[in-house]
Amino acid sequence: MTTRVGVVVFPGSNCEHDVVEAVDAVGGSGELLWHKDKSLGGVDAVVLPGGFAHGDYLRTGAMARFSPIMDAVTQFAQDGGPVVGICNGFQILTEAQLLPGALYKNQGLKFLCQPSVLRVESTDSVLTRRLNVGDELNVPINHFEGNYVCSEEVLAVLRENDSIVFTYQDNPNGATADIAGIRNENGNVVGLMPHPERAAHPLLGSTDGALMLKGLIGID
Amino acid sequence: MSKEFDVVVEVSLRNGIADPEGLTIERALPALGFNGVSDVRVGKSLRFVVEASDEPEARSQVESMCERFLANPVIEDVEITLGPLT
Repeated sequence: MTTRVGVVVFPGSNCEHDVVEAVDAVGGSGELLWHKDKSLGGVDAVVLPGGFAHGDYLRTGAMARFSPIMDAVTQFAQDGGPVVGICNGFQILTEAQLLPGALYKNQGLKFLCQPSVLRVESTDSVLTRRLNVGDELNVPINHFEGNYVCSEEVLAVLRENDSIVFTYQDNPNGATADIAGIRNENGNVVGLMPHPERAAHPLLGSTDGALMLKGLIGID
Repeated sequence: MSKEFDVVVEVSLRNGIADPEGLTIERALPALGFNGVSDVRVGKSLRFVVEASDEPEARSQVESMCERFLANPVIEDVEITLGPLT
């Protein structure tokens, strides 16, 4: 059975079609969900895509948590459903407190749109279950606020629970402990700044992102 | 009877969090001849009017707004200034 992946569209999202395209290309079935929907319509996994949800007003991701669909997303995540936040989606997941910490302005104060090399740190997540610890993935970043910040206590818990999923080989934004992506305790909720959907076809220069998406849709 | 209160919430980055925007501004100032400026920190302020029965209740409401929404305690501190609407 084809895995249905719901990609939530907030006002200001701009990567939703890329995610749908990439999910379809790896054998899943992507579909758009509107942020005012109250139900997820029975999808098997949810992606919060990149962009500028609600114009990034107040703080990145801060307004999105009030979108009606977020109650359903939170419930789905708590029930163990796979939820992935990419870039702005990661920011939304931290603001919605589905993941700890926060994303702040890049240390160099530059908007970064470039390739990045990630190291897989944990395979116990919906994105990395078909990968190995130590794998290097070439997946681009595209953000101004990707500097992961958390308290010492939270960092200790992340390390203890093996919840750091990806680190940057060459930390581009000042992120704490080189963190590019983290997961919740159960591994069903993952947030990452790099864009796997932009590394899902040979024409894009890398297909490493497709490996993550194959994990998401459960294809070995 | 409820009264109205003028509120200013100053949101600033927590101590210890690097402020790249403040640093960039600090580095730019000498170009205009302003030397000797240090510790530039950039924040934002929110101004609004809140209805409450008295000042402690108004303050408690605003504190709750800050905790739950207006600021992100992971990276930000708030300072609340509040007084009767003038």
